[in-house]
Amino acid sequence: MTGEKAAPKCRKVMSAAIPTQSETLTLQAALPLDCGRSLDGVQVAYESYGKLNEARDNAILIAHALTGDQYVASPHPITGKPGWWVRMVGPGLPIDTDRYFVICANVLGSCMGSTGPASLDTDGNPYAMRFPVITIRDMVRAQVALLDSLGIKRLHAVVGGSMGGMQALSLAANFPERTAAALIIASTARHSAQNIAFHEVGRQAIMADPVWRGGDYYAHGKGPEKGLSVARMAAHITYLSEAGLTDKFGRNLQDRSEKTFGFDADFQVESYLRHQGIAFTDRFDANSYLYITRAMDYFDLAEEHGGMLANAFAKSDARFCLVSFDTDWLYPTAESRHIAHALNAAGKPVSFMELSAPFGHDSFLLDVPALDRVIEGFLKQ
Amino acid sequence: MSALRPDLAVIAQNVAPGSSVLDVGCGDGALMLALRDERGCDARGLEIDPANVAECVAAGLSVIQGDADTDLAFYPDGVVDYAILSQTLQTTMRPRIVLEELLRIGRKAFVSFPNFAHWRVRLSLLMGGRMPVTPQLPIAWYETPNIHFSSIDDFRALVGEMGVKVEDAWFLSGNERRSAAAANLRAEHAVFLLSK
Repeated sequence: MTGEKAAPKCRKVMSAAIPTQSETLTLQAALPLDCGRSLDGVQVAYESYGKLNEARDNAILIAHALTGDQYVASPHPITGKPGWWVRMVGPGLPIDTDRYFVICANVLGSCMGSTGPASLDTDGNPYAMRFPVITIRDMVRAQVALLDSLGIKRLHAVVGGSMGGMQALSLAANFPERTAAALIIASTARHSAQNIAFHEVGRQAIMADPVWRGGDYYAHGKGPEKGLSVARMAAHITYLSEAGLTDKFGRNLQDRSEKTFGFDADFQVESYLRHQGIAFTDRFDANSYLYITRAMDYFDLAEEHGGMLANAFAKSDARFCLVSFDTDWLYPTAESRHIAHALNAAGKPVSFMELSAPFGHDSFLLDVPALDRVIEGFLKQ
Repeated sequence: MSALRPDLAVIAQNVAPGSSVLDVGCGDGALMLALRDERGCDARGLEIDPANVAECVAAGLSVIQGDADTDLAFYPDGVVDYAILSQTLQTTMRPRIVLEELLRIGRKAFVSFPNFAHWRVRLSLLMGGRMPVTPQLPIAWYETPNIHFSSIDDFRALVGEMGVKVEDAWFLSGNERRSAAAANLRAEHAVFLLSK
C-alpha cells in the first residue's frame, strides 16, 4: 500500500496460500484521460501470481469488477477474507498460476492503493471531487502502462467479469496488439438506461448523506457510511436473482417469531442487506464509488467507434469468449449475444454461451462448474 | 476421421484443406475438430445447446450459442468458404430460408439430412400406419425435434426451385454409399454440396 492515502486504512495480511507479489507502480509519464485532462504520478497497485516466462507471453491480466480489487487470490488486507476468485485462480485451477503469470491491478479511481479520489493531489490534500471523471478506457490505459513496465508486449489473455469484462473489451478494442485473447463474463458493451438508473440511486444516496460534505469528508475522519451503505444495498439486489433471494430468505423473519409493526429489520432479507451495506463501508471509499459507477455509466464501446460495435474490433486479432448467465438481469444474455454478433460481423473468432446458474449476476464469482471448464479450455489454446 | 458419423466423414473428406467453415448446428464439435486438426481449416460453429457449446469451447473451438432460425442473420455475406448444416435442416422452422442464409454466408454449403423416403420409413408407415420410429429416426413424433422432414427428391426439387446448383451429392446407408439413381428409396442419409 502506498501509505499516502487518506482512506481507507489498510493492514497487510501475510498468510497468502499462494505466493503473491504485492507491488505499487508509479507511472513516470502523465496518464492522458478521456475527459481531456491528465493525471501525474498515477499509482497502480497490483498483485501477481506465478512466473513470467522467458518469452514473456504467458501473462493473464484479470480485470476486477466495480467494488473488487487486486486481491484476486490473496487475502484481503482489510477484511482478511480470501481473494475474490480463489476458486478460479491458483495452482492447477482454471487460471493456473503454475502455467500463467497472473496480474490483477486495482483500477484507476478505486481505493486499494491505486490513484483515486482519496489520493493526495499535488497540494497535499485528497482530490475528492477534484478528481477527474474517468472512463473504463482510462482504467485500461493505466493497466497498459503497467504491462509496459513489466515488459509484457502481448497478454496471453485478458479476463474479466462485469466491469472487468468492460475493461477486457476496451483493452481488446483500443489496444488490439496487447492481447491474444479476451474472456468476458457477465458483462456488456454499454450501460443500459436501467444500469445507469440503479447507479444513480446509489450516487444520490451517497451525496444525500450530510457526512459526504461535497466529497470533502476525508479530514473529518468519517465518510458518508449511511449513504454508501444504502448504495451498496441497492446495488447488491441487482447482483442477485429473484429466485436466489426467495430461496435464501423467502419471507423469513430475522431472530423473531412475529412482525414488530415497526421498522427494524423484521425480515431476514433486510438484515442481510443492511449487513452487506455496513460491511462494505469498512473497505470502500464513497467517492471511489461515485467515480467508478460514473465510468461504467459512460461506457459505450460502440460510441467510441463511430456507433458500430463491429468497428471497435476491426484491428483486433484476438480470440474472444463471452459468457452470460441465465439468471443475470443486470447484464442479461442479450448484451453478451449482441457483442458476439458484432464480433461475428467483424469476422473475429468468437465463442459465446449462456450458462445456467441460480445466482444472478454474481454467478461469475460462485460455484458454476461449467464456467470453470470453459475458462480452462479457452485459456489453454 | 474414422470416428466421425458417416455424413460428417463425407463432409470432412470433401472440404478443401485450409478453408474457412461455419458449422451450423455443430453439436459437440466433432466435425470442427476434424476439420481443424486434419484439414487445417479455420472452423467456427453455431449451436443451440449450451452444454454442447461449453464442450466445444473447452476443446478450444470458437462456437456461438444460437439458433439457426434466428442467428444466421448476424453473419456477413460470404464470410466463409463453406457453411455446413448437418442433420439440422429438418429441425429448423424455415428450412428454405436457412438454406438461403447458408449460401449467403458461405460460398458453398454442405447440407446433410435424413431421407424420409427410405424404404424402411415407407414400410413402417405403410404396414404399421404409424409415424415411423426407426434406428435413424428413433424418437416418437410428439418428442422429436425434427419438424420438417423431407425426402431426397423433395430436397432436389427445393434446390431446383431456388436455382441453387448441386455441385456434388453423396447417399449413405449406414457407412455404405448408395448410388444416386435409387437414393430416394435406398439411402438413409444424403449429403449435398451446394453453390449459388
